[in-house]
Amino acid sequence: MNKSIEKFLWGLLILALLVFPISFDNPYYEQLGSLVLLSAISASAWNLIGGYAGQVSVGNVVFFGAGAYMPLLFYHIWGISPLWGFPVGVVVSLVIAILIGIPTFRLSGHYFSMATIAVAELIRIVVSNWDFLGASVGLTGPAVSDRWSDLVFRSSMPYYYMFLFTLFVVLLVTYRIENSRFGYYLRAIKSGERAAKSLGVPVSRYKLYIFMISAVFTSLAGSLYAVKFGFIDPNSGFGLLISVNMIIIAALGGAGRLLGPLLGAIVLIPLQSETNSLFGGGGTGITYIINGAIIMLIACYEPGGLLNLWDRISAKYFSKGAPKDDA
Amino acid sequence: MIFLQVLVSGLLIGAVYALFSSGLTLVWGMMNVINFAHGEFVMLGMYVAFVALTALHFGVTSFGVLAAILLFILGGVVYFILIRRVMRGPMLAQILATFGLLLVLRYSAFMAFGSDFVNLPEDILGPSLNWGGILLSAPKLVAGVTALVITIGMHLMLTKTMLGSKILAVAENPNAAMLMGIQPDRMQAIAWGISGASAGIAGALIATFYPISATVGESLGLIAFVVVTFGGFGSVPGAMLAGLLIGVIESLSAFYFGPVYQDVVVYALFVLVLWFRPQGLMGKKS
Repeated sequence: MNKSIEKFLWGLLILALLVFPISFDNPYYEQLGSLVLLSAISASAWNLIGGYAGQVSVGNVVFFGAGAYMPLLFYHIWGISPLWGFPVGVVVSLVIAILIGIPTFRLSGHYFSMATIAVAELIRIVVSNWDFLGASVGLTGPAVSDRWSDLVFRSSMPYYYMFLFTLFVVLLVTYRIENSRFGYYLRAIKSGERAAKSLGVPVSRYKLYIFMISAVFTSLAGSLYAVKFGFIDPNSGFGLLISVNMIIIAALGGAGRLLGPLLGAIVLIPLQSETNSLFGGGGTGITYIINGAIIMLIACYEPGGLLNLWDRISAKYFSKGAPKDDA
Repeated sequence: MIFLQVLVSGLLIGAVYALFSSGLTLVWGMMNVINFAHGEFVMLGMYVAFVALTALHFGVTSFGVLAAILLFILGGVVYFILIRRVMRGPMLAQILATFGLLLVLRYSAFMAFGSDFVNLPEDILGPSLNWGGILLSAPKLVAGVTALVITIGMHLMLTKTMLGSKILAVAENPNAAMLMGIQPDRMQAIAWGISGASAGIAGALIATFYPISATVGESLGLIAFVVVTFGGFGSVPGAMLAGLLIGVIESLSAFYFGPVYQDVVVYALFVLVLWFRPQGLMGKKS
């Protein structure tokens, strides 16, 4: 399969994303579409640290939560536009990323994952018991509003395009990193830290940089989630399963690939939404069981995700080139 | 007196932590694979005990054995079906595999048993004891002492028996072990079985006094990570001391700061230990 067909397919995807909500004049699909994009944003943000740098962070939900709480907190206390919370959420996330990153990036592999889990659980418990942040009840945003800056819209459409724009920015940044010296450093770190270090790559520093960039975008995803749903509590903001979902989506599509998380979100989110509605109230259990089964299958048979599978299939049927295997 | 009571209670629950953490540290040290679903194994042990004692009318001496056997089988099956495929793969695949297992086990239990907490009757193992002013509930005493004995037994099994030597040989160097006529595959499966069984017994023991729920594995699994990190990975004696230590710390912080903060203190200590001594409190620098 040659490059131009691939480019054409991706162009088609972008066009489809742009016209998707217009072509279905149906609130359900608009809602589903915006959920897909939102998940794609947070999964793409995770992809930077987990996919490109190979540091499996299970604590990215902390940034999501910080980003989600700040806008609603600002509205809740001072009645001012949730928009002010976006940059504050980003700053808080950056501070947390530095605080987690500096000690834990000296650790390797599993230790980093476990440390991020512990920090995430720590913060979740503290938030659940902190009255200022609404404790276990959480915070709500504006219900109705005259100000546009409250970002309260009845239709999902405006959110959809907000999310699409943000996703575009995340992917653009990812693309730029991928093709820069930074990107080569990350690949070197992923394939072997000790080797990278001996070649003069400032390993800890670049791991911290990519973690900070990942934190910024995860925080933005959280802020967007908060204004879209107008409600946040410790479980929807800091629950570990949110992190796990980011990882599943990125890994399903293809971790360490530019469009992997988007593909993963396009496949997984409608599936989750279907199983949730199909099995009614108890459906969340089935959804998690299916998710778990999917990631076990990916882990066993295709750790590079769907994009890697696609590469192998297309290499086999469309060209005589050797299969690309960069998972 | 109340301080002593808190201390003893912490030691008893710490012994149970030590038992299931020993299972985690065994496979971690042997194969450098972390089982993120280890807490779910403990949760399954709890439900096995619950079903055995309430629906199947097992005696109070046999329900732990049942949990151990079932979880031993589960551990072996998980090794053959899942772990063997991913243990030499990228780290992301290992983490995904056991996280997937976690989701499947936790939410299968959720579907099967519902979201409510259940409890076994408080006096299932007999009445509480008053031991020189220290009030001890019988389940906690039985669980703590049994767990301690089994953990020590596990350590002796690993260091003093033929099977243990084979397992440790594979942990040291699978290729060299193979040249000595040991099948690494079989030993690793047995290690996973032992790991599962330790979680199963620990779960069954803790179920006699701990509220049982499908999501209990979340905090118990994290405690196991903390214990293993404190004790140095791969070390059963380390896990034993660290388990007792964590039990006491948890118990004291629940007493002084309130029960909701007991986990906060433990996780915060965990992060601090990772920061200052990544090789664990008792681990050697690798």
